[in-house]
Amino acid sequence: MSWISAKRVLKSGLQNFSRSGFVSLSSVLVMTVTLFIMTSIILFGGLLNYSLDQVKNKVDINVYFITSAQEIEVLSVKEHLETLPEVSSAEYVSRDQALENFKERHKGDEITLQALEELDGNPLGATLNIKAKDPSQYEGISNYLENLNVGTPSQGGLKIIDKINYAQNKIVIDRLTKITNSVNMIGIWFALIFVLISIMVTFNTIKLTIFMARDEISVMRLVGASSMYVKGPFVVSGLLSGIISAVIILIGFAVGTFLINSYYGNYFVGFDLFDYYISNFLYIFAIILGSGVTLGSLASYLAVQKYLKN
Amino acid sequence: MIVFEKVTKIYSDGTVALDEATLTIEPKEFVSIVGHSGAGKTTLAKLLLAEEKPTAGKIFYESLDVNKLKKHEIHHFRRKIGTIFQDFRLLPNKTVYENIAFAMEMSGRCDDEICSDVPHVLDLVDLTHKAYNFPHELSGGEKQRAAIARAIVNQPDVIIADEPTGNLDPINTNEIINILKKINDLGTTVILTTHNKTVIDALGRRVITIDNGKIIRDDKNGKYVL
Repeated sequence: MSWISAKRVLKSGLQNFSRSGFVSLSSVLVMTVTLFIMTSIILFGGLLNYSLDQVKNKVDINVYFITSAQEIEVLSVKEHLETLPEVSSAEYVSRDQALENFKERHKGDEITLQALEELDGNPLGATLNIKAKDPSQYEGISNYLENLNVGTPSQGGLKIIDKINYAQNKIVIDRLTKITNSVNMIGIWFALIFVLISIMVTFNTIKLTIFMARDEISVMRLVGASSMYVKGPFVVSGLLSGIISAVIILIGFAVGTFLINSYYGNYFVGFDLFDYYISNFLYIFAIILGSGVTLGSLASYLAVQKYLKN
Repeated sequence: MIVFEKVTKIYSDGTVALDEATLTIEPKEFVSIVGHSGAGKTTLAKLLLAEEKPTAGKIFYESLDVNKLKKHEIHHFRRKIGTIFQDFRLLPNKTVYENIAFAMEMSGRCDDEICSDVPHVLDLVDLTHKAYNFPHELSGGEKQRAAIARAIVNQPDVIIADEPTGNLDPINTNEIINILKKINDLGTTVILTTHNKTVIDALGRRVITIDNGKIIRDDKNGKYVL
């Protein structure tokens, strides 16, 4: 296509768009709804992942060491664990800290505290509090610790790990793994279905606008217009609808997320909607603008193609 | 220049629109094709424009077999023929100037030529004062004059006017026919399809009469006889 032809097609498309009034408006409106759904799904996905991470963080396993285990040996186990890719964090709780924590948990329980006083020394060993990156990985970490739990020379060959509480938490951990996986899968399916439906509605609306221009298309063909001159202006109009819709959505969501965060931020339990939107803005911008442009131009192209075949 | 050789057109519902029509139109002729509604006049025009394909027979435009044109060649072919329709068929979102310029843009003419020729043809059809009006702002006669301007701006060899006065009053009808006569006098072949007796009798040019798809009469200085 020569530069002059491209310029003429572009000019014709812009003119058609601006002079078509309500027809152009309806295309923009429908496409705005579609892009609104897409952006909402992206933000909802962010909220969902944040919530699931919050739940995952509540789950951990504790490794209890024997009272005679040396701090250096416990810290050595901690170092080994931190090298594992599955381990998110391994927090060391010293024997003294463990005792303080115990006293704090049983603050109102006089009998337990009295019993503790009567014991000679600190009955509690050091603890490692381990969080995995995914709940499904706790079993692997537990097995690793079992294998690591060899007799140490300082203990005369005794194993320093007294207990790993994975087994008690296994049911909860397994259930949590299933729930997070299911929620993710359902979320993905819902998103796909909503996006597909909204794309179909947009396609059909644009097809309708092209249908209304079918007489115009036949006149253009009779006057001797090539396929490019017939399709081109409609594709340009569709593209423009997509761009305008994308701009409306991007600005709308910037304002909307800011206002929602300001007035209803407490409902999101720590999730900063506006911050998420801004920090992922380039990614969202690319998806929304790309979708708008692709949807608008492709729908117009396919719709006009039908009339050129006849 | 234009040859119809035993052309038959039967539509999918079984209607015989044309039945072995044979005719020849020479360059610079003014030919009127007359007949009742449904006789086959518009079908003849559509076949020449490659809008329809004949069921049988051949149609030649100079040495070109119109039926054998490939899809990508049709729009080039149509640029050689100016067309005027009963329902005007102007592009509604373009001004009169833009409608006429559109025909030139399709032919690949440059902006300078368009700026020069469009005002000239607007003047020919006396529509200079309406150049920037949209079709819905024009009267029937003005719309048809705009359509004529679009048809002639590329100086085609042939103009097909399919019932161009069908929606017009007698005064506008007269105006349009006079413009077509003027175009023909300048050397363009004009093919006019109509069922308007007054127009035909006043023209005194070649008349081809179609009835039920068959050519029943071909008079050099014909009158409307049905």
